[in-house]
Amino acid sequence: MSAEKHSPLAQFEIKQLIPMRIGDFDASFTNSSLLMVLTVLSVSAFLILGMRKNAHIPGRWQSVVELSFVFIANLMKDTVGSEGRAYFPFIFTIFMFVLFGNLLGMMPYSFTFTSHIVVTFVMALFVFIGCTIIALIKHKMHFFTFFMPPGVPMYMAPLLIPIEIISYLSRPISLSVRLFANMLAGHTLLKVFAGFIMALGVAGIAPFVFVVALTGLEFVIAFLQAYVFAILTCLYLNDALHLH
Amino acid sequence: MVNNGQDQNKSSQQDNFTEEKQDLAEISRKLEQATAEREAPSKLAAKIKQPPSNALGLAMRVSVEVLSAVAVGFAIGWVLDDWLGTRPWLMLVFLLIGGAAGILNVYRLALTLGGGEQNDETEGKSEINRDN
Repeated sequence: MSAEKHSPLAQFEIKQLIPMRIGDFDASFTNSSLLMVLTVLSVSAFLILGMRKNAHIPGRWQSVVELSFVFIANLMKDTVGSEGRAYFPFIFTIFMFVLFGNLLGMMPYSFTFTSHIVVTFVMALFVFIGCTIIALIKHKMHFFTFFMPPGVPMYMAPLLIPIEIISYLSRPISLSVRLFANMLAGHTLLKVFAGFIMALGVAGIAPFVFVVALTGLEFVIAFLQAYVFAILTCLYLNDALHLH
Repeated sequence: MVNNGQDQNKSSQQDNFTEEKQDLAEISRKLEQATAEREAPSKLAAKIKQPPSNALGLAMRVSVEVLSAVAVGFAIGWVLDDWLGTRPWLMLVFLLIGGAAGILNVYRLALTLGGGEQNDETEGKSEINRDN
């Protein structure tokens, strides 16, 4: 019953399950990797098993699968337009991965890999580099006019172009920090208030009620942050395809 | 007796048939309505443009937008300083530019929120033009 074991941050600890080394590089299979594998497996199972009957009149499971598909398809249609159709698999994969990662992280004794900035930042970096490459292929050199808003006098360019470039470069950071900070803050808050329950004895009923309510809120946030991540990816894709 | 029974059977079958037809018409009408609702793009688009219902979420978004731009400005200045050997100066300059980029980010965020009105994007553009 040491104080360390009850630290609200202990849940974010990375534990090596199968130690592995590639040269000097630590490539161990950790609890974070395990949860990512579980997420991929459960998303695949959810989609493939849900559609195995492929019925004209969907059952409950199949309609949930179709609903998630249509949800992202509509989101893309509204934000990117018909040109974004080619990128639907990417956005859908990102959305399902983040959503299931968040939801699996809500299980007791589980681990939330989206609460680690490394994971979210790499995902955001892939989105950012991908969108930049798409824009470069589609618009060639014309892409660089993105950093010079139309109708700006030339003498403002030396100041405005660095500002626009920094604004552009800040996208992957704001994208990843938003997801990571929400998950980190939510899970820490849950643990902190759960710690009060035993410490307060009978009066612990108050934080207990609060934790129950907070758990519900966390489920909403788990969904909302996956949705926000998908929307922002769509918006960046829209900028890449249509520039201004 | 036998004849009569057959007649009854036939008429009831016909009833069933017309009923089925009506049902089908009803179903197709409902289907059309549902697909029309789904085709309408405005619903979700309007939802995106609306400000988020909880103020904490909005505060979080705004602060992350500002901080990330400042962090990028700081990092660029730091790397350029290392490269050119001008230790504190470029970092300070890019910190300020990063702050300006952060304000620009928030300005763009505010444009997309825009109170959910239709022509907020054109309004924003005219605003920029007026400034020039």
